[in-house]
Amino acid sequence: MSVVTLVIDGHDVAGQSGQSILSVAREHGIAIPTLCHLDGLSEVGACRLCMVEVRGARRPLAACVTEVQEHMEVTTTTDELTDYRRQIIELLFTERNHVCAVCIANRHCELQDLAKALGMTHFDLPALNPSAGVDASHERFGIDHNRCVLCTRCVRVCAEIEGAHTWDVRGRASEARVITDLGTPWGESPTCTSCGKCVQVCPTGALFEKGRAVAEGKERRPYVPFLVARNRRS
Amino acid sequence: MAKPRLATIWLDGCSGCHMSFLDLDERLFDVFARAELVYGPLVDAKEFPEDVDVTLVEGAVSTEDDLRRVREVRAKTKILVSLGDCAVTANVPGMRNPLGPKAILETAYASGVTGASAAPSEWVPALLERVQPVHAVVPVDVYLPGCPPSADVIAEAIDQLLAGQLPDTAHLASFG
Repeated sequence: MSVVTLVIDGHDVAGQSGQSILSVAREHGIAIPTLCHLDGLSEVGACRLCMVEVRGARRPLAACVTEVQEHMEVTTTTDELTDYRRQIIELLFTERNHVCAVCIANRHCELQDLAKALGMTHFDLPALNPSAGVDASHERFGIDHNRCVLCTRCVRVCAEIEGAHTWDVRGRASEARVITDLGTPWGESPTCTSCGKCVQVCPTGALFEKGRAVAEGKERRPYVPFLVARNRRS
Repeated sequence: MAKPRLATIWLDGCSGCHMSFLDLDERLFDVFARAELVYGPLVDAKEFPEDVDVTLVEGAVSTEDDLRRVREVRAKTKILVSLGDCAVTANVPGMRNPLGPKAILETAYASGVTGASAAPSEWVPALLERVQPVHAVVPVDVYLPGCPPSADVIAEAIDQLLAGQLPDTAHLASFG
């Protein structure tokens, strides 16, 4: 690992070769909004909220999947980037049925927090209002696709940490859905270990534990990095 | 100078935003010292008056009557405020949109517990095909999301509105 020096938002910072812009920025206290990223899981660049401007690049780059390079000049916040981020949040809200008032994750939701942080007061796009469906066949957990933002944290935590790989994504664009065991109802899944990691890492109320009421929330345990660290030691 | 004329209107919502407005408590004295409340569920006025300065709209646009009323209110109001998530996003009333009004009415009436054989066809306004936020049918000047927006948020917004300013609600209010 060699040391790489670069400039982020006018600050001289140092990282290691192979490290992402996002990781180096956060180590230096520079905030970049994210949704699909979760410390301890692989990066997929699914949500695009962490897009930053890199001098010389023709388009914004996702900070989570772009490695730092010597003499790189990165800008994390411009009016244009903020505008893109607001558009992403608007698309996510209007693509499915995000009704905060009756959601289990109300006030514990990363999508809701991002909307507030980006100063969203309303959406100009008309809502699609799809019938996205709910799978409540599992004894302890449920998934409400109306609230899913396709971050794929559930897919990754299940495959990478639990090692079960129960979750996957089926379909494309607005038809895309996270699925269990190639479309088997979750309750009949032969691979699910009922560990609940997918529920823990879900940023919205899409994955939930049964028996919890509106806004009763989801426990937030940032334990994935600890599991990763333990895996590496053993 | 005459006091600014304030109105409120209740479309398809639960009245929670009006309850939150009442939660201004003693601050209501300040509001009514500065403004005249000319229309709304809290006022005994049958017709929406002309020349209203500020109208707070609670609720989504769900029926033909909602649509007629919000258009009238818009025509007679200088500053229209979408108050709360139903007005801003359609929120809970909008949850019928994936199903459509026919399925909703059949479930609620014909196969419901009321014993009715069909949905009522007179005395109640017809449901629109889709529940819409207010700004989908008329221009809106200020958005105040929240379910409901807290009394503090409403107080801050009204304070600025009565001072003749358009409040920047971007970091004041949030959904849910």
